[in-house]
Amino acid sequence: MARYESLLDACGNTPLVGLPRLSPSADVRLWAKLEDRNPTGSVKDRAALYMVRGAEAAGRLRPGDTILEPTSGNTGISLAMVAKLRGYRLVCVMPENVSTERVQLLRMYGAEIIFSPAAGGSNQAVAQAKQIAAEHPDWVMLYQYGNEANARAHYETTGPELLRDLPTLTHFVAGLGTTGTLMGTGRYLREKNPDVQVIAAEPRYGELVYGLRNIEEGYVPELYDPAVLTRRFSVGTRDAVLRTRQLVEVEGLFVGFSTGAVAHAALNVAHEALREGRRADVAFMVADAGWKYLSTGGYGGTLAEAEEHLEGQLWA
Amino acid sequence: MAIEVRIPTILRSYTGGAKSVEGAGDTLADLLADLDTRHAGLRGRLVTDQGALHRFVNVYINDEDVRFLGALDAKLKDGDTVTVLPAVAGGAFAIAAAAALAGSR
Repeated sequence: MARYESLLDACGNTPLVGLPRLSPSADVRLWAKLEDRNPTGSVKDRAALYMVRGAEAAGRLRPGDTILEPTSGNTGISLAMVAKLRGYRLVCVMPENVSTERVQLLRMYGAEIIFSPAAGGSNQAVAQAKQIAAEHPDWVMLYQYGNEANARAHYETTGPELLRDLPTLTHFVAGLGTTGTLMGTGRYLREKNPDVQVIAAEPRYGELVYGLRNIEEGYVPELYDPAVLTRRFSVGTRDAVLRTRQLVEVEGLFVGFSTGAVAHAALNVAHEALREGRRADVAFMVADAGWKYLSTGGYGGTLAEAEEHLEGQLWA
Repeated sequence: MAIEVRIPTILRSYTGGAKSVEGAGDTLADLLADLDTRHAGLRGRLVTDQGALHRFVNVYINDEDVRFLGALDAKLKDGDTVTVLPAVAGGAFAIAAAAALAGSR
């Protein structure tokens, strides 16, 4: 049955599609979970819906309330849609230099935006949002980096969907951001089968980005528990772009660059399994499609040109 | 035995500004001890007094996080590439870094 009572009910239950051309052999197969098929086109719809429902159940959110969230990405767009349909006002805190597509999308959904001053130093926007929250104690901050409902969304939906559709799954690969996807899905899968490997792929940006960070000012989301992971890969811009293009060329999958990074890690472990003569079913998350990133210049020209365009950009 | 070690901008004061340096060692601990003989103080920024990797430092051997390879006991071999990066994670980082980037332009 593919009929739903409302858009919110159409969240999750995304297709898991085989990638027969990219898979190394008949015994080592790759599968892509298409999270771009969610209502606003990204995996973040799951977390947004669970965080709002969680706050409602806890009595933290009542109709007409204001939600505050620091975000420049997909979570803001997901929350804007959920807030509109559930009757809340959404205020997003984001940096001044975020792309106009993001701003337009958020405003279309009715979100209000507070731009974070372009000052150096880490976690400026998060700190500012915390300060705004202190000034408006009646505003509700869902704070996706530390909200258990973010991980629970994946424990209760993504994980069960994966095992239902692929009982022979051996590896699960996803991007590492808030860590909610990996923590929730990973916990569920390992509870059901302790042998499942849970693999993180994190973007490695250009030097300019890291150059501004202090070792002492690092940030690890409160949700993160390394015990849930088996391995963790750092994927550079060139590999992410290469795999993004390979996915569309070979399998017809049009994905964002963060999925290119995830596919790179998935192909790594798949080819390792092939070399070692082990059977493997490697499922990886397609967090979103490529539409929002076309203006980055990463989809055209040579790999070197794309890498140059993305240098200094936060492509995941 | 040569292992290439990529150094983040913030720690290049210990390497005379070099983006990458070479070192030797059978494990990450050995490599850091070797590096410290030529780049005094570098090891102290990566390893705590208790002898563990600093919480906000990530070290990768050939793009894989050493915390899942035995941390300081992770094995090394000739031709490996070791990358040192400040610990950051997607979301929060993206916002903070984007704000910081805007300030640098």
